[in-house]
Amino acid sequence: MKLSTKIGLGLGALGVSAMLAMPAWAQAAAAAGPIFNPTPEQQATMVNKGDVAWMAISSAIVLMMSVPALGLFYGGLVRTKNMLSVLMQVFMCVSVIALIWVCYGYSMAFSQGSTPFVGGFSKAFLAGVSPSTYAATFSNNVYLPEYVYVIFQMTFACITPALIVGSFAERVKFTPLIIFLVLWATLVYFPIAHMVWFWQGPDFLKGSTAPNGLMWQWGALDFAGGTVVHINAGIAGMMGCLVMGKRIGYGKEPMPPHSLTMTMIGASLLWVGWFGFNAGSNLEANAFMTLPFINTFVATAAAAVSWALCDQVVHGKPSMLGAASGAVAGLVAITPACGFIAPMTSIILGLLVSPLCFFFVSTVKNKFGYDDSLDVFGVHCIGGIFGAMMTGVFADPALGGQGFIDYTVFPSVAGAYDMTAQVITQFKAVCVTLVWSGGVSLILFFLLDKTIGLRPSAEVELEGLDLNEHGERAYNY
Amino acid sequence: MKLVVAIIKPFKLDEVREALATLGVQGMTVTEVKGFGRQKGQTEIYRGAEYSTNMVPKIKVEVATTDALASRVVEAIQQAANTGAIGDGKIFVLEIGQAVRIRTGETDDVAL
Repeated sequence: MKLSTKIGLGLGALGVSAMLAMPAWAQAAAAAGPIFNPTPEQQATMVNKGDVAWMAISSAIVLMMSVPALGLFYGGLVRTKNMLSVLMQVFMCVSVIALIWVCYGYSMAFSQGSTPFVGGFSKAFLAGVSPSTYAATFSNNVYLPEYVYVIFQMTFACITPALIVGSFAERVKFTPLIIFLVLWATLVYFPIAHMVWFWQGPDFLKGSTAPNGLMWQWGALDFAGGTVVHINAGIAGMMGCLVMGKRIGYGKEPMPPHSLTMTMIGASLLWVGWFGFNAGSNLEANAFMTLPFINTFVATAAAAVSWALCDQVVHGKPSMLGAASGAVAGLVAITPACGFIAPMTSIILGLLVSPLCFFFVSTVKNKFGYDDSLDVFGVHCIGGIFGAMMTGVFADPALGGQGFIDYTVFPSVAGAYDMTAQVITQFKAVCVTLVWSGGVSLILFFLLDKTIGLRPSAEVELEGLDLNEHGERAYNY
Repeated sequence: MKLVVAIIKPFKLDEVREALATLGVQGMTVTEVKGFGRQKGQTEIYRGAEYSTNMVPKIKVEVATTDALASRVVEAIQQAANTGAIGDGKIFVLEIGQAVRIRTGETDDVAL
């Protein structure tokens, strides 16, 4: 559940129509309208097999975004001697976070807390979760089996910390990194996910005094994770790259990508998986799901084109790496916006995000001299901020956007959209994420660096992490 | 006996091989090499990071030949590998002191 008291306009209406189209419980509903505060037994009759199938498939392809897609995208960009270190960091991040997600992560992110900042531990070790418990969607009286929601959100928790490793690729020790990722997920990801996405659901909100997530309550719009995933990971990566310092030889010796072929494959698989990420975040396989789907397609295409054009204009040649980077920047920017804006405004968003990220990964990075190895900050954080802010603009129904739905009434209705207020809310959500994630990450990196150390010895770094940290080579010719 | 060593553009290898085959040259050794001469290196740009590579990929062809054939081998390579652009490469001719065919033990011209 990833919206606010303000939710995509089409969602509720479509939910109601879907509800009426379902004969299994149309009779019960027809008698009294949608059921307020349905019991789990009643929720059991409000599950749609199509929704369940869609969410299971979406979950699987979002996993594919981490392994192999992100691994290949990142791996292709490092030098041969560090290829396996990046693949292993991503692979282990996914595996470790999946375990802590079911132990306590899901509970911290998506159970009712006593504050708006974080959930409780009532669902730790998936206590009380079974095939006969249910999670809310964005429509009144439409439910998902809770397990599929646990799984879907697990894939998000797995990929977000994995994004961070790109910032300090080629110069980090494996064990301290894994410790960092576990602490970061616990102290940053789970609380931020709770703050942005936790709410009680459309059938329970009216008259409830229990706290929803902080930013959700403010009305911040983040359809699929611009703040939770991209800004969150991007700023954390930046902190890591600043604490760890530059790679030996950075700026003095060439560090060209070892296989842009793999980077292209990775970026393309990310694009495919992102349909699960964005359109899957609709939580229902209803007609409205097609909006984030098409937006994800065209914004990405536009961003790939505009980055290639930037390359053409600035460097005289359109580069493959540029096109792949542009596609990822477009995917990042459309993530918070995909369920709120129109295809044509998605194209504008995509066309604009690439020049901005292009400026950050070349000009800004070179000017300040930080070594964000794979441009996690320049693409994910900057693209995420841009997407989050533009969501507030383009979600306006006056610009073809979806506005929001007011769930404080039952059944939910469309709310009146105020673009200025929404943009300010978006800005507040961006700032909270930057400060929380940036601050906690900086402290964690600093402490780890001063205790067990984050950087390998110069000798190890020069020889490569693959042989020294993992005892194998990526390529044995 | 002469050893003709030619540094050529990689895409010219097939034409050189064919030109030498028409002369009746029976063998050659080919190596992928890198180096630089008057041709400047290339500039590669990855997300705004510019790397100039001053070593350019080339192919080194080595042909052992009889004294009689040497000048025609040089001529054939010079014509086949020529594009008229900078970076076409160089040809060096060296004396060979001795040659032995490993299988039979034949020596010198017969061994070529």
